[in-house]
Amino acid sequence: MILDGKVPTGGPLSEKWDTHKFEMKLVNPANKRKYNVIVVGSGLAGASAAATLAELGYKVKCFCYQDSPRRAHSIAAQGGINAAKNYQNDGDSIQRLFYDTVKGGDFRSREANVYRLAQVSVNIIDQCVAQGVPFAREYGGLLANRSFGGALVSRTFYARGQTGQQLLLGAYQALERQIGLGNVQMFSRSEMQDLVVVNGEARGIVTRDLVTGKITSHAADAVVLATGGYSNVFFLSTNAKNCNVTATYRAHRKGAYFANPCYTQIHPTCIPVTGDHQSKLTLMSESLRNDGRVWVPKKAGVMQSPDQIPEAERDYFLERMYPTYGNLAPRDIASRAAKRVCDEGRGVGPGGRGVYLDFSDAIRRLGEPVVRERYGNLFDMYERITGDNPYKVPMRIYPAVHYTMGGLWVDYNLMSNLQGLFVAGEANFSDHGANRLGASALMQGLADGYFILPYTLGNYFASAKRAPVSTDHPEFKKAEDDARQSINKLLGVHGKRTVLSFHRELGKLLWEECGMSRTDAGLKKALKRIPELREEFWKNVDVLGGADDFNQALEHAGRVADYMEFAELLCQDALHRTESCGGHFREESQTSEGEAQRDDENFSYVAAWQYQGYGKPAELHKEPLTFDNVHLQQRSYK
Amino acid sequence: MNLTLRVWRQKSAQSQGQLVDYAAPNIDPHMSFLEMLDVVNDRLTEKGEEPIAFDSDCREGICGACSLMINGYAHGGQPGTAACQLHMRKFKDGDVITIEPWRAKSFPIVKDLVCDRGSFDRIIQAGGFVSINTGGTSDANALPVGKAAADRAMDAAACIGCGACVAACKNASAMLFVSAKVSHLASLPQGKVEAKARVQNMVTQMDKEGFGNCTNQSECQAACPKEISVDFIAQMNREYLGSVV
Repeated sequence: MILDGKVPTGGPLSEKWDTHKFEMKLVNPANKRKYNVIVVGSGLAGASAAATLAELGYKVKCFCYQDSPRRAHSIAAQGGINAAKNYQNDGDSIQRLFYDTVKGGDFRSREANVYRLAQVSVNIIDQCVAQGVPFAREYGGLLANRSFGGALVSRTFYARGQTGQQLLLGAYQALERQIGLGNVQMFSRSEMQDLVVVNGEARGIVTRDLVTGKITSHAADAVVLATGGYSNVFFLSTNAKNCNVTATYRAHRKGAYFANPCYTQIHPTCIPVTGDHQSKLTLMSESLRNDGRVWVPKKAGVMQSPDQIPEAERDYFLERMYPTYGNLAPRDIASRAAKRVCDEGRGVGPGGRGVYLDFSDAIRRLGEPVVRERYGNLFDMYERITGDNPYKVPMRIYPAVHYTMGGLWVDYNLMSNLQGLFVAGEANFSDHGANRLGASALMQGLADGYFILPYTLGNYFASAKRAPVSTDHPEFKKAEDDARQSINKLLGVHGKRTVLSFHRELGKLLWEECGMSRTDAGLKKALKRIPELREEFWKNVDVLGGADDFNQALEHAGRVADYMEFAELLCQDALHRTESCGGHFREESQTSEGEAQRDDENFSYVAAWQYQGYGKPAELHKEPLTFDNVHLQQRSYK
Repeated sequence: MNLTLRVWRQKSAQSQGQLVDYAAPNIDPHMSFLEMLDVVNDRLTEKGEEPIAFDSDCREGICGACSLMINGYAHGGQPGTAACQLHMRKFKDGDVITIEPWRAKSFPIVKDLVCDRGSFDRIIQAGGFVSINTGGTSDANALPVGKAAADRAMDAAACIGCGACVAACKNASAMLFVSAKVSHLASLPQGKVEAKARVQNMVTQMDKEGFGNCTNQSECQAACPKEISVDFIAQMNREYLGSVV
């Protein structure tokens, strides 16, 4: 089936969103309170959507698995948020942010969505400043900016190294205000178990109270999923421990198409793995590449400490390979370059999987106080984790899974193929194509929540009259029974292996066969191994404790059970896309210089997968991508 | 390293708890404290014993989920460090490590080392925000904010809401948490408009939640993983006084 992204037809790209806003139907203010909206997830996208919808007058229920909505993983974003303000007078514009984002995404995103994102980026900064987000400022009192990967202008707004935290707290405070006013009912420590679809429309969810184990149904007129990405399918990633694919994957099982799952982002600057005990990887913000220089020894097998290696024997490989962008080459390109030099035996640190990120030049040029002002908290964090002082010795970094561009398929209105199911933030696939640029995740989450969903949901409500559905409907009862059954199944296996050991094994398999570079043979191997591992999981997993109390092992088991199925979909997508693009690198498809080689003739489309049943290959649907406003080209950052 | 853990086990909010000893042999000094607990939990599971419940999520010191009293210190006593970023190289072979949950009436225990910090959310609901809706804001640079004020606001806003300040205080006072939000917003022109009502509403809610008073011992500042200064408590007191006279 050919999917329609429902991009407004006619008119220039720059007018599509404004025209669409005018053409969308409105809900009478007095009628808004008659509509119920469920928002799952309380990160940037979820909290901003829940707060804004409640401000408009809708009745909102918001759910998160954390003990407080303030802890959603958006909080961990460090570097910043992009906006086309051109405050620096350095040539930025909406058009340029749009162009950089489409190019950065390796021409695999939907033009109209990206243009809209660039347009509303300016409103986001205004909104956040009005909320009291303490962005960095110059002495004159105006906002400060810095540059980020994949851009030649300074358009990134930041709050020290805690931009995600400050933006999330802004959205969280707006959400708490609406909770206090009685417009939002908040359910923390609650996990969505299933999506309830009635007559082809999303009409509610079933949740588990993580403290009491109680399974409850919630009905609504629309459901918003803002549940983040699926990086933890790799076990080791920079995501929070409990981030998961459960909500989006279970919606997928109920009929929502999953788009481009193979587009996963490997972030170049993370702290390297130290041993098998490792539970997660820690990101060092990309902003560090503004002043840090990335290098390895020119020769393989050099064991000296970095200060003993003379300048002439160092290879500043990003500066050498990409002189225009240098250390600020985009994430996918910088990551692969790091992997390549380590594969050549030039990696540093124990195990040889690391490269130096060196600040000695910056400290000489700017002085230690300036470097401390810019990156102090990141340097402290690095020292706490590694025991090394980066003011004295270069940091060691290595790429790690960080973000997933793929997600549930949505149209221009952010609605999935299931009517009434809206998907926002990292959970959808829409704006980043095959690779996301730094400081664009925060922008997209808040664009979706503050400025897009509040319009498109209203249009959905006003466009058709829907009969009320109560939680007594048989579909709710069935979803509740299914949830209880799968919980009891997990508790009833009484096997010999822990959930953690299964998750580790699955993650290792995916990292090796479907990580930074992928091959036909490797993917086929993974597709053979995953079902075996899944079968073993259901025969041999050991989950202790009960269904009716606080049981973290059970929570983890439910998530790993979903990864076991989702991993197959991820590999299936990666196998079918025989081109390389952005974060998806197929070794069979590269230029003579080892860069990703796209195949526009055969793969200029969104791959949206439809669930066909347990263990069965998903069915592919395509949304063709057309580029009328940018010229398709081989990405170059040289 | 070979360690002994003395861990608070409590089945639910209603049941009685107790400290239970567990041997933790072969611990790698490069592990984080929570990775050490992961290993201990995996071993317990293999023996058929229920794993120890504890909160954690981002494991990089920013989400504020972790909430462990380690040897009597909130987050373990390493300055500016949340428990998730504490590493085992800070301990010695043979150590006996006592691990308890936050202890405060306003943070009831959920299970083992997990407590309910919903009282913090309710304090924010009472006034920890700027009352604006989405849209209709002026250009971000239309309102200059001096760098000193912006930096001070950021110093206060760095709070991660973990509750270590309450756990470290003999009075279980939430003054550092509340003052951080009051000061963050009161330091900025955007927040000044409703500063008086904010500080009164937040303090009233803080008292209603049963948190204790401040007796200026600064244990909170010492325990805070973000090193939030007690100067903000002084600022909150000034704001409060100014709001009533």
